[in-house]
Amino acid sequence: MDHATPHGEQREHPVPATYLKVAAILTVITAVEVTLYYIPAMRGVLVPLLLLFSAAKFGIVVGWYMHLRFDPILYTRLFLGPLGIAAVITIVLMLLFGHFIQHTQT
Amino acid sequence: MSSTAIAAHAEETSLGQPHLKVGFWTFLGSECLFFGSLIASYMAYRGKSIVPPFPHHGPPHGIGILNIPVTSVSTFVLLTSSLAMVLALAACQRGERKKTSFWLCMTALFGLIFLGFQAYEFTEFYHNGLSLQRNLFGCTFFVLTGFHGTHVSVGVLWLLSLFVINQREGIPPEKALNVEVAGLYWHFVDIVWIVIFTLVYLIPD
Repeated sequence: MDHATPHGEQREHPVPATYLKVAAILTVITAVEVTLYYIPAMRGVLVPLLLLFSAAKFGIVVGWYMHLRFDPILYTRLFLGPLGIAAVITIVLMLLFGHFIQHTQT
Repeated sequence: MSSTAIAAHAEETSLGQPHLKVGFWTFLGSECLFFGSLIASYMAYRGKSIVPPFPHHGPPHGIGILNIPVTSVSTFVLLTSSLAMVLALAACQRGERKKTSFWLCMTALFGLIFLGFQAYEFTEFYHNGLSLQRNLFGCTFFVLTGFHGTHVSVGVLWLLSLFVINQREGIPPEKALNVEVAGLYWHFVDIVWIVIFTLVYLIPD
């Protein structure tokens, strides 16, 4: 049975069979990541693909294992706010240190 | 205790949620900023080391020091530990004391195996000339992964404490929130490693 709270709806957590499926998906994604690393032909698209897979794994663990998909939205806000700030700090610092800038020879 | 029971209990509080859980998610938010600063430092100084050893194989540096096969196995071990953790929580919520103890013990064991891999890696790197003072890679790498390893160690101690409590007096379903919060910490350590594995190990300079 689901419960409504002032900060959103509380839904039932998954059953162990769902956790096993999630574990299988995480293992497959990790195996694909490592395989991609060793394929020279994938070098051009390696970084975006790895970032995509990493974000997917992150989302799956947070959503299912940490139950953010099932718990009230309050917890998601408490977590995603600082996470967003951390991501922005990382990107800004990389920009300041000259990453993402194409160096040209003069 | 089922999530429904937790919610029912939580209605007694002003937020409508258990204070322990709200407080712990706030703590995890602060941990995001902590690890975010360490990852930001690593990324800012990425590829800027002047003296070897360098992290990755290939030009312009030649041979890299990172051992991807070994770290892939340790990553798999940590992911498996997260599965064991949710199974421990599910068993505790159903009041299955023996299963709770088993899965708590397995989670701690996988955590210890991960720490063993990290100790092996650090030792290998040190023997290959990489230290905190050697270059920018060594400094940022050891600080980032060292703090992560410290978090894993704290998690293992926490899990073993829960294991001992469960063996002695049992953790009833009404107190499963204590296991859930330990699980949140453990999964957080797991997601930090997911990010580190991709940014530090897999993405080349």
